[in-house]
Formats: sequence, C-alpha cells, structure tokens
Amino acid sequence: MSEAFSGPVAGHVPVLRLGDVLMVTLQGDLHDSTAQQLQQDLAETITHSGATGVIIDISGVEIVDSFLGRVLAEIAAQASLLAARTVVVGMRPAVAITLVELGLTLPGLRTALSTEVAMDLLTQGAPRVGVRRESP
Amino acid sequence: MPEHTAEETHGSPTHEVRDFLRRRREQIAQRWADEPLFRSVFTVSRDEAVEAGKAVVDALAEVADAGRVDDPDAAGFSGVREQLARMGVARGRAGLTAAQVSSELATLRQPVENLLLSDIGEAPAEHVRACATTLTVLMGTLRVVVMQTALSEGEALIDRQRLQLLEVATPVIKLWDGIVAVPLIGTLDSARSQVVMETLLQSIVEQQARFAILDITGVPTVDTLVAQHLMKTVAAARLMGAECIVSGIRPAIAQTIVHLGLDLGTVITRAGLADALKYALHQLGADIVGPTANGTGHR
Repeated sequence: MSEAFSGPVAGHVPVLRLGDVLMVTLQGDLHDSTAQQLQQDLAETITHSGATGVIIDISGVEIVDSFLGRVLAEIAAQASLLAARTVVVGMRPAVAITLVELGLTLPGLRTALSTEVAMDLLTQGAPRVGVRRESP
Repeated sequence: MPEHTAEETHGSPTHEVRDFLRRRREQIAQRWADEPLFRSVFTVSRDEAVEAGKAVVDALAEVADAGRVDDPDAAGFSGVREQLARMGVARGRAGLTAAQVSSELATLRQPVENLLLSDIGEAPAEHVRACATTLTVLMGTLRVVVMQTALSEGEALIDRQRLQLLEVATPVIKLWDGIVAVPLIGTLDSARSQVVMETLLQSIVEQQARFAILDITGVPTVDTLVAQHLMKTVAAARLMGAECIVSGIRPAIAQTIVHLGLDLGTVITRAGLADALKYALHQLGADIVGPTANGTGHR
C-alpha cells in the first residue's frame, strides 16, 4: 500500500477499557501498519492501566493473512509478559480454515466464541464457564 | 464443359445434402421412426418419434448449411442436444453398452442414404459419391454428438451423486446446549474432511457450541492422512474458541496410531461418544447424576 492510503483513518484502532479488561474490535480490512500500531498501543495501554486481560474481537475481519496472524500471536506473547491474558474472539470459520491451511495454529493464543465467554474466561480465571449456572 | 454444368446444376455436395435433407425431411423422419432406436425411446406414440426425427433432420440440415459436417460442436446441434442425450441415456438404461448404442445409431444412416441415392441417381457418378460421403460424415458426426452428450450426462450424474454423498455423510448433531457432534462414517479423504471441517465450524458458530465431538467410530482405518485431517479440524475449531474432542477410537485404531508414531497429544481423546459427552458436560459445569430416592434427580 502506498503512503497516500495511510491517511488519518489508517492510524489507530480504539482500545476500550472495561474494568481490568481491554477490548479491541477489528473491522474489515486491517492495514499492516494499523496492526503494528495496535500492537504498540496495546503494550502501552496495558502498562498504564495495569489491565489483566485483553479481548480482541475479530468477528468483523474477513481476511486474516499470515502477517495479521503473527501480529495476534505477538500481541498475546507481549501481553503475557505484562501479566495480561489475551483472548481472540469470534474468528470466522473461513478464517480459521485458512489459518490452519497456512500452518498458523497459533498455539499460544486463547480463543472464545463470543465476547461474553471471553469476559467470563478473563474475569473468573478458570477456563470452566458456568453456561448452565442457572441449573440447581 | 460438361463437368462445369454439372457443378452449376447440383452445387457443392454439402449444399446438395442440405437441400436433400430439407426436401425429404418428412420421409426421413418417417423411416427413422421405424428404426429400433426411435421405437424403443419414444414408446408413447409414433408421432412423437416422427417429431423427434424431424428435429434431428432439421439440425443436420442446419449443420450442413453452416458447412461444418465434421464438427460435433457445430451450433446446429445445440437445439437437439438434449433430445439426443435423452435417447442415449434411455438406451443406456435399457442395458445397452455404448458400442451397441453406437451401432444402433449407425443403422440410421442406411435409409437416408437410400433416399439420397434415389433422389440424385441421375447425377454424375462422382457427384453422387461426393454427396454420399458428405452424408456419411454428417451421420458419423451425429453419432459422436449422441455419444458425447450421453457420456457428459453420465458424468453430471456422477458429480451430482458425489455432492449428495458428501452432504449425506456429514451431519452435525446438537447433543446439548453448547455441544455438537459429527459422527464420521467411511473413509476420510481430503474433499470429505474439508466438508466436515466447514460444516462443523459453521455449526459451532450457529449453535455457539463450546465443545465439538468428532466421533470416528465409523472410520474403518486411521492413517497419517486421516490423522492430519483430524488435527486440522481440531486446530481450526480451537482457533474459533471451541474445544474439540475425538471419540470412538477403537483398540485396534489406538494401536495403529501408536505404531504410526502419530502425536495426538494436543487433542483431547475419549474412547466412546458417551465418554466425550460426559467430559464436555462436566467442563460446562453440568454433571449427570442418577435419580435420587424421591425422584427429583439433578438431570
């Protein structure tokens, strides 16, 4: 992509803070430089806020290439260095198949089907989530 | 200049044949309707056979008009292709081999040739021969077209059935809230495992399933390829946030896997579907307990 495209829009992805958890929602095509910017922003925000969890919602992303896959893995790795756990949420089936075919199984990455499950995962600590908590 | 005059009156063999076909359309169709090929395909009425014969004659005349008597892809055939395919398929269903159908088609040539010879018998011998050759080539092309369409019909049928088989063989079953299962049956090849993966991942999204059980009780053998497919499916499901459990590993298959040195260490495995379901329920926080004395069991 030429410099002309990396205008003011391609800069930052908003990082929301929900208590001890940071939340990022990725939408549409993600520019490589935007992904790298996000990586930096997250590292700084975790340090400032002392967050213990990061949720990255990629349900709006149709194409995850090897670069973005690597960036996700790196975000998880650096977050764990800063004592925060990362959960990637809402990966589309087609994206999952593509990543597996590329050999990117992202073993260090935690995943969840929805932000709700991810939130439970991060706030409760244990992977067991009481989906059937309402039962006696 | 006798030869030249002959050319003038009779035109080129192709056009002669075209004119003959148009002129004798009715008679040719009538004669074809008596041939075994038309008789056996159009059993309802003779008129139907005659109509079909006329359509074929028209197509032949059109092809001759375009001067492409030896081209099975000629535009003239497109109108009757479906009808010809129907004839070919009908004869095939009746138990005839391709060669038998082909020879039945060959018998269509004789009546037409007889008509042609009686029509232009008084023309110079050389011209008659040229016309007869053209007609023979044209009929030969017709045979090729029929065989081609019949074969492609068969291929289309096989393709359709292959797709149906893929769909039939991979149902995704919801076992519980948040638990889906795929009973795999038969040999797993790349195409099938791709379909399994896609349908499974799709249903994980639709059902918001946290657990997916791959039951391989119906898979006769597990080799490195099948294991690789399983690992891929498990990895893809994990990327989406669901946990995959492989169940139904029979003792013999467990041995094979160990002998092959396959590492399924990253995959949760259980002996039977029931065990896998039990595990998944336990992970979801729901346990199966027997009914208590007063009949108010937990589940």
